Amino acid sequence: MKTVTLTILRFNPETDREAAYREYRVDVEPTDRVLDALSKVKWYQDGTLTFRRSCAHGVCGSDAMRINGVNRLACKVLMRDVGDRVTIEPLMGFRVIKDMVVDMEPFFAQYRSVLPFMINDSRPPQRERLQSIADRERFDDTTKCILCAACTTSCPSFWANEEFVGPAAIVNAHRFIFDSRDEAAGARLDILNDREGVWRCRTIFNCTEACPREIRITKAIGEVKKAILYGSTAP
Amino acid sequence: MIHTHTYDALVVGGGGAGLMSAIYLSREPGLRTAVISKLYPTRSHTGAAQGGVCAALGNLEEDHPEWHMFDTVKGSDYLGDQDSIEVMCNEAVDVIIELEHMGLPFSRTEDGKIAQRPFGGHTHHFGQGPVRRSCYAADRTGHMILQTLYQNCIKNGVDFYDEFQVVDLLLSPDGRCCGVVAWHIDTGDLHVFHAKAVNFTTGGFGRIWSITSNAHANTGDGVAIALRRGIPLEDMEFYQFHPTGIYKLGILITEGVRGEGGVLRNDHGERFMERYAPTMKDLASRDVVARAISREIREGRGINGKKYVYLDATHLGADVIENKLPDIADFCRTYLGVDPVREPMPIQPTAHYAMGGIPTDIDCRVVTGPDNTVIPGFYAAGEVACVSVHGANRLGTNSLLDLVVFGRRSGLDMARFCKTADLPPLPENPTERIEATFARLLATEKGEPAAKLREEMQDVMQDHVGIFREGPGMEIALAKVRELQERYRSVLVLDKGKRFNTDLLEAWELGNLLDLAEVTTVSAINRTESRGAHMREDYETRDDVNWLKHTLVTRSDEGALDITYKPVTITRFQPKERVY
Repeated sequence: MKTVTLTILRFNPETDREAAYREYRVDVEPTDRVLDALSKVKWYQDGTLTFRRSCAHGVCGSDAMRINGVNRLACKVLMRDVGDRVTIEPLMGFRVIKDMVVDMEPFFAQYRSVLPFMINDSRPPQRERLQSIADRERFDDTTKCILCAACTTSCPSFWANEEFVGPAAIVNAHRFIFDSRDEAAGARLDILNDREGVWRCRTIFNCTEACPREIRITKAIGEVKKAILYGSTAP
Repeated sequence: MIHTHTYDALVVGGGGAGLMSAIYLSREPGLRTAVISKLYPTRSHTGAAQGGVCAALGNLEEDHPEWHMFDTVKGSDYLGDQDSIEVMCNEAVDVIIELEHMGLPFSRTEDGKIAQRPFGGHTHHFGQGPVRRSCYAADRTGHMILQTLYQNCIKNGVDFYDEFQVVDLLLSPDGRCCGVVAWHIDTGDLHVFHAKAVNFTTGGFGRIWSITSNAHANTGDGVAIALRRGIPLEDMEFYQFHPTGIYKLGILITEGVRGEGGVLRNDHGERFMERYAPTMKDLASRDVVARAISREIREGRGINGKKYVYLDATHLGADVIENKLPDIADFCRTYLGVDPVREPMPIQPTAHYAMGGIPTDIDCRVVTGPDNTVIPGFYAAGEVACVSVHGANRLGTNSLLDLVVFGRRSGLDMARFCKTADLPPLPENPTERIEATFARLLATEKGEPAAKLREEMQDVMQDHVGIFREGPGMEIALAKVRELQERYRSVLVLDKGKRFNTDLLEAWELGNLLDLAEVTTVSAINRTESRGAHMREDYETRDDVNWLKHTLVTRSDEGALDITYKPVTITRFQPKERVY
């Protein structure tokens, strides 16, 4: 057990005109998650500290935030990996509601804009639609997305222009564009060929580094760009 | 400020059961449906399920729904209702195909069909040996189910109220269900949702124990609200401890590891399950394996004498682990610094799943009393409910199956019900009760934090109402829980604001957890036999003469808990000794 200092950017919409940093000292084990340290502050020092969390092991995507300046899930970073002084700030680019809680509605609106669901109007067979292991593998990486927004809010193109659809939405479009069972790749590619679509991506790789699911996002975006250019989803 | 909304049907909870229900409701033209969820739906705990969902597709070898039914009945230690189990296993095949058609990216066989693997307690020829029945998408099957259902809700234009915490159930003066009260977490405002039918799909309550695979959000809200509104809770003494949680953290390591060939080893390196279950070994049902691990630990054969054993997958090879079990490999590397390709994983049993809950019939209609009286318009499906397909012990994969089968059935029956039902009147002052609760929680100026009370509850439940139970220990737990309920009256909420007050939310959730810890313990003390997950060291055997029946616990107006019973439905398979 040792004592670390958390410097947290606080904002309470009912009392504060602007956000300000506050320091907390808390005892942690090296194997504690950053989420555990935040919880200890909330539970035993300051109940007003506000953040989202649920599963606490990196699969629900609730607790994305900036930890020492980079987007991480607080439940997937251990204290031994962040040092004795840790700075915690909300994701950049969304309106802050309170402390680490940001307004996710624009993010989900972008997600919904890319038709993130299977479209196949042909009559389904009695049993499952067949898909080869290779065809299934084609989009495996992008099925891992948990919609935590760590990628989109690490993207300088998004910071510069909130209308940019953002890497998370492109990932979710990719998941269907390259699914052999889907029939609407063309419609999604048209959406992403828009001026706020994939071409805003400048291949900076921040999204790939930020992804807690280790999705190769920049690669996926590149594949979508290629599909638009060549008018084909063939490898 | 109080807002009012009117719908035909409400679904409370955005996990697998809720979203499946909503998809079916959204297919009914003219029917107005909303989903109300405390989280963004994609954050629901269905997404944490890993290993698969069983259906007798027979894609890799012979299989039949009848075998699946037998395994489920046997797994339930004969407490499951066989009419419900038959429905679930028969509809499994169709519902899995439907999920595939909706877009679910299952892993595939060489010939392009849905891939299947063995899972605990699932057998061929009525117990002759393991069968490949679990349909999976790597080790994130729950994630893919949740995403696929959410995607289809978006496609169908379902109305969502995200981050709205339902805090009360509304019953009209004539006893019909007529809506819910929800608390908009962002604004702190109360919303009255007036409707013909309400479906509770709010999940479980693993957070009453200290070592759990459950999310922070799994605080049993729906179960506790129902109890408070006079609805009985069924079979609450039956709570599943999953054999393999990450040591100290409780994070789930899927049974799929053992399905792929992983084995459990004690401090001597012995594959000890061979002694406890000669036929199924590491793939015996979960209660059997969790007890075996606990016994090894208690008898000093935990690793280095500590409270864990090893789950060894090192012989499976990097390919199997990276391709079929990538997420659990990531968990082990992240939280333990252990690479399962090269080293065994330190595991201990972890509180995982509630077999008990709100009693329903096979159409998910909530029923009360020994004669199953229906509360018109009130439904429940998934872990929150007890349709009793799991009885005293659930088989792995059958929770995801329960969600999709009974999520669908609930949606279908609600749609049918809403077509003919009228809108019942709301009670007077529908928000009165929750406003009083919140006012009391916020008024306290001096008291203990919710976290302190919660930790004490979790510790005492872990010590005395866990895998092994006996009367005196459980009495200690019950006394402690009641002491904590008393201290909870002056729980201290430091955040007095309206906006996104998660301090108040956690305090309210703790009230639910304490009530459910009380009901669980009372039910467990009362059942003087051992069956499935309920293992009593002072009553070590199953007692079908006296205890082949469901427990129903109701909170009386005076606050006491009353216990009654109802019979088990037995159709095909008569109870017999349970050996794996």
